[in-house]
Amino acid sequence: MIAIKVENLSKKYIISHQKRERYTALRDVLARKAKEIFSSRKSPQITTEDFYALKDVSFEVQCGDRIGIIGRNGAGKSTLLKILSRITEPTKGRVTLNGRVASLLEVGTGFHPELTGRENIFLNGAILGMSKAEIKRKFDEIVAFAETEKFLDTPVKYYSSGMYVRLAFAVAAHLEPEILVVDEVLAVGDAQFQKKCMNKMGSVAQEGRTVLFVSHNIGAIRKLCNKAVLLKNGKLQAQGEVSEVVNRYICDIENTGMETDFAAIIARLPHEPAFKFTGIEVEKHDAGPGMRFIYTKDINIALKYEVMEAKSKLFVVLEILDSEGNVLVESFHNPRDLNPVPKGAYVSRAVLPGGFLLPRVYEVRIYAGIFGERDFFRPPVSFVMETVHDGAADMVYDTRPLQGRFVLPVKWDNVKL
Amino acid sequence: MNTERKLVIEAGRMEKHYWADLWQYRELFYFLAWRDILVRYKQTVIGVLWAVIRPFITMVIFTIIFGKLAKLPSNGAPYPVLVFSAMLPWQFFAASLGDASASLVGNANLISKIYFPRIIIPASTVISGFVDFMISFSMLAALMAWYRFIPDWRIVTLPLFTLLAIAVSMGIGLWFTALNVKYRDFRYIVPFIVQFGLYVSPVGFSSTVIPDKWRLLYSLNPMVGVIDGFRWAILGGSNAIYWPGFLLSVLLVLVILAGSIRYFRSVERTFADII
Repeated sequence: MIAIKVENLSKKYIISHQKRERYTALRDVLARKAKEIFSSRKSPQITTEDFYALKDVSFEVQCGDRIGIIGRNGAGKSTLLKILSRITEPTKGRVTLNGRVASLLEVGTGFHPELTGRENIFLNGAILGMSKAEIKRKFDEIVAFAETEKFLDTPVKYYSSGMYVRLAFAVAAHLEPEILVVDEVLAVGDAQFQKKCMNKMGSVAQEGRTVLFVSHNIGAIRKLCNKAVLLKNGKLQAQGEVSEVVNRYICDIENTGMETDFAAIIARLPHEPAFKFTGIEVEKHDAGPGMRFIYTKDINIALKYEVMEAKSKLFVVLEILDSEGNVLVESFHNPRDLNPVPKGAYVSRAVLPGGFLLPRVYEVRIYAGIFGERDFFRPPVSFVMETVHDGAADMVYDTRPLQGRFVLPVKWDNVKL
Repeated sequence: MNTERKLVIEAGRMEKHYWADLWQYRELFYFLAWRDILVRYKQTVIGVLWAVIRPFITMVIFTIIFGKLAKLPSNGAPYPVLVFSAMLPWQFFAASLGDASASLVGNANLISKIYFPRIIIPASTVISGFVDFMISFSMLAALMAWYRFIPDWRIVTLPLFTLLAIAVSMGIGLWFTALNVKYRDFRYIVPFIVQFGLYVSPVGFSSTVIPDKWRLLYSLNPMVGVIDGFRWAILGGSNAIYWPGFLLSVLLVLVILAGSIRYFRSVERTFADII
């Protein structure tokens, strides 16, 4: 049975070139009108341009599928989500949904800080589309899931951020929709809680319900989904089995340059009171656009961060994954140092020695945390990089590329006997 | 909502199913109104007292200025009761305008993330303002008991005038809500209108002091009809309604309400994009 059917879906926005105001102010409108009356000259013609955030997108999702929506920023993922959750209407085309849709992209939406946990459960449940009877029936279950029994009658403004998110997620998790829409930003909170979230998503899928998961994180998509849809510039680029679509996405990134705007990546990270990244710098080789590196040369990565609360067992970690999502390397900034790290700004420089990573596409992940307590950023900073040949010299016997996963500097001693 | 198994999303769908959707989201409407009421009485330190003190002080000042100093006629009723019977609908109206016009921007996170008929938000703020109205009403009852003022049979018609007050508040509130989303500086105009309106409407004085030839024109202010109606129902006696003016007010209210719903719906679709 088909759970979601999207047919020729288009969404058009009209961009005006004359003004770039974030919002319209009445005084500006009045001033403009007044100008038009008093001057014979007409105000400059407003030129508009049609912009298609989505264009002729069609796909089908079978019941019980876990489908990943991937694509770079501006590909139309969030527009698609907005249409599915009915926040905006499509310009053309239609979507048929068989079953109740709930989205986890709005964890905690409508929570009011002055209201108690109990009151917020009811309010949030109603906002997410539960009936009063339904909330009453699941109330105990929600409270148990959130582990906030003791604070039920405390206003949520006194909750820790972890408790807040737990409660919010608990409500959303008990929606029992036929179709669950999840945005990756949901995965904040401590590691144990994330596991709970992932388990919940898994069990939803196992019960034969449909999950639609939107993410930048190829690894997460690969892990959670069986099908995927790739969007690019508002158009459907590929759909099908998750491995095929993800490979297509990676190829696509290779061809068009990779996301190297670290400031934007950092800005997307969830807020963390104890720690923040202030900058990530990767020294470029002269190997073409984007994150391309000559595989025989060292890759220098500098991580700048600020520690806002003195913590011991602080770690910053760098992981390198292959295109299948396997972790190849995990490297800590200061292993085995358990001393408290004083407040302040820091920079940690890492050198990935040249000649080890074969010319392939890799995913690099960077995050931080307190060992044994929690990871700060989930999903972590993640970007795709590629190591490339620097010429024919890397080829083994003319055109045959090197096999294997790593280059191991094996010592050879060749002697004529 | 489990009955809704199949949903087709296409252009113009919201337009077609508007009232059905509104009915379907009635529980959300209830919960939002409930939230607004809870928050209203939790946030202010003095809670319910706030709903009591404001109209009370205004009533005292108006009684002194218009009743004692200007010596305006009170048509047989004690002057404080005359003022307070007008304060009831006026406070409700003023609070509705302020709260409704700020409501959509204040709930921007809801609007940009979840679908529901947007009209629920300003409507629920108007309803939550109705609690203040009930509190003020019990104050009026106390005041009338203090002055040993007993209303006649006309008091039973008060719910009708209350409905009219809700209609005005909702109508003008919706206009302001929509305009406030479209023009963010519109909110600076709202307090001005409220302040100005308090003196233009017959709150501190009876509308019988207006010369007869101007009364029809005066009734173009829809609150004139509402306040006159309240006084007629509560005070009775010589507080006769000026019927042509009252009917004009009622007609105007209906036009404003219908127009505001139309306008609100026409801009509603773009809210999520603007906010």
